[in-house]
Amino acid sequence: MLSIKNLTVNVNDKQILKGINLEIKPGEIHAIMGPNGSGKSTLSHILSGKAGYTVTGGSVTYQGKDLLEMAPEIRAREGVFLAFQYPVEIPGVSNIYLLKAALNSIRKHHSQPEVDAMDFLTLIKDKVRLLEMDEKFLYRAVNEGFSGGEKKRNEILQMAILEPKLCILDETDSGLDIDALKVVAEGVNSLRAADRSFVMVTHYQRLLDYIKPDFVHVLANGQIVKSGGAELALELEEKGYSWLEDSKAAI
Amino acid sequence: MSASTQEINNLINQEYKQGFVTELETDTFPIGLDEDVIHRLSKVKNEPEFMLEYRLKAFRHWQTMKSPEWAFVKFDPIDYQAISYYSAPKRKEDGPKSLDEIDPQVLEAYKKLGIPLDEQERLAGIAVDAVFDSVSVATTFKGKLKDAGVIFCPISEALREHPELIKQYLGTVVPHTDNYFAALNAAVFTDGSFVYIPKGVRCPMELSTYFRINAANTGQFERTLIIADEGSHVSYLEGCTAPMRDENQLHAAVVELVAMKDATIKYSTVQNWYPGDKNGLGGIYNFVTKRADCRGENSKVSWTQVETGSAITWKYPSCVLTGDNSIGEFYSVALTNNYQQADTGTKMIHIGKNTRSTIISKGISAGHAQNTYRGLVKVLKSASGARNYTQCDSLLVGDQCGAHTFPYIEVKQPSAQVEHEATTSKISEDQLFFCQQRGLSAEDAVSMIVNGFCKEVFKELPMEFAVEAQALLGLSLEGSVG
Ligand SMILES: Nc1ncnc2c1ncn2[C@@H]1O[C@H](COP(=O)(O)OP(=O)(O)O)[C@@H](O)[C@H]1O
Ligand SMILES: [Mg+2]
Repeated sequence: MLSIKNLTVNVNDKQILKGINLEIKPGEIHAIMGPNGSGKSTLSHILSGKAGYTVTGGSVTYQGKDLLEMAPEIRAREGVFLAFQYPVEIPGVSNIYLLKAALNSIRKHHSQPEVDAMDFLTLIKDKVRLLEMDEKFLYRAVNEGFSGGEKKRNEILQMAILEPKLCILDETDSGLDIDALKVVAEGVNSLRAADRSFVMVTHYQRLLDYIKPDFVHVLANGQIVKSGGAELALELEEKGYSWLEDSKAAI
Repeated sequence: MSASTQEINNLINQEYKQGFVTELETDTFPIGLDEDVIHRLSKVKNEPEFMLEYRLKAFRHWQTMKSPEWAFVKFDPIDYQAISYYSAPKRKEDGPKSLDEIDPQVLEAYKKLGIPLDEQERLAGIAVDAVFDSVSVATTFKGKLKDAGVIFCPISEALREHPELIKQYLGTVVPHTDNYFAALNAAVFTDGSFVYIPKGVRCPMELSTYFRINAANTGQFERTLIIADEGSHVSYLEGCTAPMRDENQLHAAVVELVAMKDATIKYSTVQNWYPGDKNGLGGIYNFVTKRADCRGENSKVSWTQVETGSAITWKYPSCVLTGDNSIGEFYSVALTNNYQQADTGTKMIHIGKNTRSTIISKGISAGHAQNTYRGLVKVLKSASGARNYTQCDSLLVGDQCGAHTFPYIEVKQPSAQVEHEATTSKISEDQLFFCQQRGLSAEDAVSMIVNGFCKEVFKELPMEFAVEAQALLGLSLEGSVG
């Protein structure tokens, strides 16, 4: 699904990612944990194609293609989805309009006809229920006046509707209370599939109580300093990150 | 980062699709303006004597005036002697016109613009008056309207056939002394639409005028007069386009609306005059005086405009709220790009008691364009209980353009409530990236964001126009779902 090799990335001539290696197979869930400022969002942005970063070395291959060569909207249509850490507001554009436009642009890319209006309504109402959202949210402007938790739920709603292949969740858990966290986790779990992979970026292991990762990686200072199974998250919870950062510094 | 700003700039640059020229035989006056030209103009239009006098009076007044300089626009002085003041497609013979008499090229031109005039293909539910350069070439559905008692005809025809109404109303809202361009218009106006809705009549269909400038080196001086008598209701739409030329052309219009007791007029404009090229060469100077008099109690006038064209727009559709409890509304989207300049807004003059006004203005500026909102809310001492709400939002696309807001407020009545809100924002790269990450092209993303920004205004437009307006901004149709 995704293969990252020796990836180095600069922002404004400052090296942020310092040689990332990561292999993700279809159906796997990878958690990426690490202290603030370690480069987690940078990695999410690089994978989804945000401007403003310079790749100085390495490669990213997605479904056999050079991901870094693709325009951001092409990546999205090919199945890369980023649930943003800070979702933006778009005044005057209703959620449902954005969702329909997004779904149709993805369908068009795959030579499928536009979604039927009735089918779309059925689909969307289904997912709204799954995420325990009020239907009114569909008709409100994208994220405008949403609480932090509502914005995060809205990201997962979009993910549920667009059915991507590679789902990148950038700190979707932060700012959620425990009930909202459960709902979001349930939404994510319902999307688990043999041909769908997840990259869960998180600062805390809390989310991983509800979504069990196959692998946990610790990102510190622009590098993956430790990888392991789900149990690594628990260890981190106990010990914090500093022992890893220190051990890395010692190498 | 600047890459995507550049991208936004490229996207908003769209080709002007109505820029074609129709080759025609025309009757065109030689360039120049003097009293002799006004005599000839009045004669060629076969006008009653009182009109000639009105024109001459206006012309003499205009000669004492100076071109206004207070607007936030820049242009070289206009040489009024280098303009032809009359140009019309040649007609086979005089007499009543039918569609057979119209040059097929003219019909073709309107067809290309999406305004079919022939019997079979007419727009359903919309009566159209088609003004081509200096004359109205056709008015559809006249019979059906006549059955309802509605008069909808070219103003030049109204001058001959309804002189009493003209004498009673023409120049009563915008006097010939009002301003430089209004004086010029009163002297040399050629055609436009005349509407009279009798007492208690709800106009059975939308009325519209489609203005087309075709000839070179001419000015178009449109005059429109709409009277809604007591308890009547009318919705009127206007559209405008012109060919692409390197020279600037002048469109100096005057529109007067009169709403009597309990009457409602809804006036919508989609202005898409040729804006000039990317470097600011050519384009229409759109210098327009539009004003409504809410003369009767409980009358209501609503202006909605979508201004995307013209090299320079100078336009302030206004409401004089004379009648008690009368209502004035102004909803505006003004988009300027490249080197376009717009100085537009409204005036709400509260005279009657409990008069209310609402102003919603959305300015979008891209490229090197300058976009100015200029508005006046004036509450006279007599207007107890008057209320105004003004909201002015500016959206900047890129960092070479400018947005300016000049709200003037004069309140002489202590019980009045006047509210003003203003915002300026930019399409952020984060918004753009978010949309792209959901699969939209950058182009669709910009359209969607601009469309969202304009939503409050678009929802005021009649359906058919909302579609056209959104297409104009390069938008796919927001609101088709939900
Ligand atoms: N646009 C930028 N300009 C300068 N530094 C940046 C920029 N974006 C991120 N950084 C820096 O890169 C590092 C990693 O940031 P980020 O990827 O957001 O970390 P995380 O998501 O792990 O908290 C931080 O030191 C941050 O300050
Ligand atoms: Mg982050």
